[in-house]
Amino acid sequence: MTQLLPPIGAILPELVLAISAIVLILIGAVRGEGSANLVTGLAIAVLAAVGVLVLLQPAVEVTAFNGSLVVDAYGRFMKLLAVLGAVVSLIMAVDWQAREKQAKFEYAVLIVIATLGMCMLISAGDLIALYLGLELMSLSLYVVASINRDSVRSTEAGMKYFVLGALSSGMLLYGASFIYGFTGSVNFLQIATVAKEPSFGLILGIVFLLAGLCFKVSAVPFHMWTPDVYEGAPTPVTAFFASAPKVAAMAIFVRVVIEAFPHVTHQWQQIVAFVSLASMVLGAFAAIGQRNIKRLLAYSSIGHMGFALVGLAAGTAEGVRGVLLYMTIYVMMTLGTFACVLTMRRKGQAVETIEDLAGLARRNPLMALALGALMFSLAGIPPLAGFLAKYYVFVAAIQAGLYGLAVVGVLASVVGAFYYLRVVKIMYFDEPVDAFDPMPTELKAVLAVSGLFTIFYFVYPAPLIEAAGAAARSLF
Amino acid sequence: MTDWPILSVVTFLPLVGALFILVVRGDDEVAARNARWVALWTTLVTFVVSLLLLTGFDPAAPGFQFVEKTAWLGDLAAYHMGVDGISLPFVILTTFLMPFCILASWESVNKRVKEYMIAFLVLETLMIGTFSALDLVLFYFFFEGGLIPMFLIIGVWGGQRRVYAAFKFFLYTLAGSVLMMLAIMAMYWQAGTTDVPTLLTHGFPSGMQTWLWLAFFASFAVKMPMWPVHTWLPDAHVEAPTAGSVILAGVLLKMGGYGFLRYSLPMFPEASHYFAPLVFTLSVVAIIYTSLVALVQEDIKKLIAYSSIAHMGFVTMGIFAMNEQGLQGAMFLMISHGFVSGALFLCVGVIYDRLHTREIAAYGGLVHRMPLYATVLMIFTMANVGLPGTSGFVGEFLTMLAAFERNTWIAFFAATGVILSAGYALWLYLRVIFGPLEKEKLKTMMDLSPREIVIMVPLVILTILFGVWPAPILNMTSHAVNAVVARTDSVAGAVKTALLLSF
Repeated sequence: MTQLLPPIGAILPELVLAISAIVLILIGAVRGEGSANLVTGLAIAVLAAVGVLVLLQPAVEVTAFNGSLVVDAYGRFMKLLAVLGAVVSLIMAVDWQAREKQAKFEYAVLIVIATLGMCMLISAGDLIALYLGLELMSLSLYVVASINRDSVRSTEAGMKYFVLGALSSGMLLYGASFIYGFTGSVNFLQIATVAKEPSFGLILGIVFLLAGLCFKVSAVPFHMWTPDVYEGAPTPVTAFFASAPKVAAMAIFVRVVIEAFPHVTHQWQQIVAFVSLASMVLGAFAAIGQRNIKRLLAYSSIGHMGFALVGLAAGTAEGVRGVLLYMTIYVMMTLGTFACVLTMRRKGQAVETIEDLAGLARRNPLMALALGALMFSLAGIPPLAGFLAKYYVFVAAIQAGLYGLAVVGVLASVVGAFYYLRVVKIMYFDEPVDAFDPMPTELKAVLAVSGLFTIFYFVYPAPLIEAAGAAARSLF
Repeated sequence: MTDWPILSVVTFLPLVGALFILVVRGDDEVAARNARWVALWTTLVTFVVSLLLLTGFDPAAPGFQFVEKTAWLGDLAAYHMGVDGISLPFVILTTFLMPFCILASWESVNKRVKEYMIAFLVLETLMIGTFSALDLVLFYFFFEGGLIPMFLIIGVWGGQRRVYAAFKFFLYTLAGSVLMMLAIMAMYWQAGTTDVPTLLTHGFPSGMQTWLWLAFFASFAVKMPMWPVHTWLPDAHVEAPTAGSVILAGVLLKMGGYGFLRYSLPMFPEASHYFAPLVFTLSVVAIIYTSLVALVQEDIKKLIAYSSIAHMGFVTMGIFAMNEQGLQGAMFLMISHGFVSGALFLCVGVIYDRLHTREIAAYGGLVHRMPLYATVLMIFTMANVGLPGTSGFVGEFLTMLAAFERNTWIAFFAATGVILSAGYALWLYLRVIFGPLEKEKLKTMMDLSPREIVIMVPLVILTILFGVWPAPILNMTSHAVNAVVARTDSVAGAVKTALLLSF
């Protein structure tokens, strides 16, 4: 039963991340300020290697530390996605650091630590591991949000994020203590065996636990930090925030409710459905007034988390498959979009309003084509990838009989289409303004991959759908 | 039958042309010229290949032909294509109209030609796909995907209020369609498939049919467009470039009617009977109201746009009469309206290119300078009015005949629309063509150029040919149409209708 040593193979990615983080700190500390490029390069290599390790893990379910960590198909899928988000956003930060003279080795180290937190979070099999992973991730995120320590905006963003994040952690812990108190266990599977009937204490616990998790995925009504942090944090950091941590938080959100509370589905379903509905509607309407592209993307991400949660609200394997596909496609689209935002510089100065994109279709047709496709895809127009993402979550919601949620959701996507279209309108219909500075190669590569994926995903969608389906089934 | 996937070739050939234009480099002038020629040849070749569909098609055979099926979205949807007597005419109409669109944009579009041609070719693929998809999800892909190129065509190459028109077009259509997407999902879970041939005979429970019908109706009614959700069309037409208007009126509007015929009627026959009075009411309102609105228009394109809505009123009326005459008439009217209204927009484009205004008041007495043009416009105006001997007559007559069988009053009110259409169309003709040639700018107008003659002649021939000999189209559609009629008749007895206009 109890193993003294955990299966090394199962936790190898986390081990590699932890050891490399320590080594990278040492390298940075020993070699001083000039080591930023070296540390960043090594961090990218480590993250890529971890991605490969996750990919190579055998397709069996393994638990470690008495069920505290679970390594299953679901966890591998989400880890791969989170690592992808982390490594790409770190690559995108290289050029920015050089241009803004912000080369700090701590940044790459913190990303590695945050990724470690995410991997733990995704694999968490009990509430303790959940909290440990979440805090490891969050604390690193608070610091990277204010990595540009001389900028008021950046430090303000970090401060806001920290205060609100601490509050949400408190709520999460409070909820976890209720759940422990009423079920006598912190392990998800054991909670499931006890929590057969909805009791007041259990529901209270679920509500607080989910409130804390909603904060991390930035779902309404716990979204307030998102626009400010997105806008205030340096753009590569925002790209990171928008991709990897969202994946990790969504992963644990799904795992907790599916694994720990399968018998009180109806109770958490109401919460998830409400949160999802509110996020979709608010994300659609609030983004209309935004001029700053980072704020716009913040509201857009709130809306997208709402759409992803539609799949979870269904509470079925199809629904979870929808969530996985949605997150995958969302991460691909988001990284491409941020590659464009990072390119928005004139004469060395970053510009951030959507009007700065005016006439991009004539100044840089390929970038406009890619960003245009990404915008249509985010709006969910076929044949682009974003449509398939929405299709799979809504098809699960319809199966589960959530007609009201589905109708409001698709109508919210029509409202949301308006502001995505406005970006296209500015790029294609408006008179051009000055060209942007040349695009660094790595951003070009990210944008090209993301754009091609978005446009051509429909040609051969089967492998990803099957992988997501297999991952989703491993939870049930 | 051939063994190569001829339907997929027709569908995706334009994409090949678009890719070709995309990769060809060069300075602006050369690139623009290349783009025009590549686009023209692509559309011509596509048209020729699509004629193979016509020759290989057996109108008497039941079911779908040229069927292709491969796995695509796993358990959710397959790549399933095929045509029958209802969809083939639309496929041919699309491939037929495209070369005219390219030719019509030859000189009038001179900025960002490359992108323009790419947008049109992509649009062609999506339109053909819409008509030949035999899987609901695949259909939705093509149906909705068409919004993107059309949005760009209106928005980039349109007139003064192009941004407003493009947004209105996009959001209206999207809002209608997303509900259809949910209906498709519900059908998937109920029937276990989105395969159209299977669903055509599935038989959904009556209660569910009502909701599914309404969801599909939301999409098709906007696309059609039916009163009162028609307001996007005049804006889109007025602002779109000539070729955009041609495609909009010629093909995109037909997707609504095609949707009713292909999906709503055979898949939800009970709901179709139930809601038929509602559709009749809306159709009659559309016919009379939009005809009256057309009378007071001062913009030529807007007038034709409103007349299109009125004609689509005849189409919906014919479809929901649910008898052979009605469906045949609706099919015929859609095909005929496809090239007649397309031709009318091309005619407007001819004078717009010369004078850069669409205001009726700016013209007058053109017959003195442009006799050829006056003749051509007269033929199309007469076809639009529905004069016997032109293709416009056959469809209108059949749909009214069908409505007469269902309900005398409907036919009576619809017939007043014919009179009104004669009113606005002839009055338009009078104000533009006849009268003294007084305005200075008009005195230097040139008659049709050789390029414009090449565009007009085939359309004139078809308008008159199908007017006196409608058999080719009617024969092609009759078998498929009768299958739909038989399907709706099979449930006719058991259905109560919504109590609207049941005099």
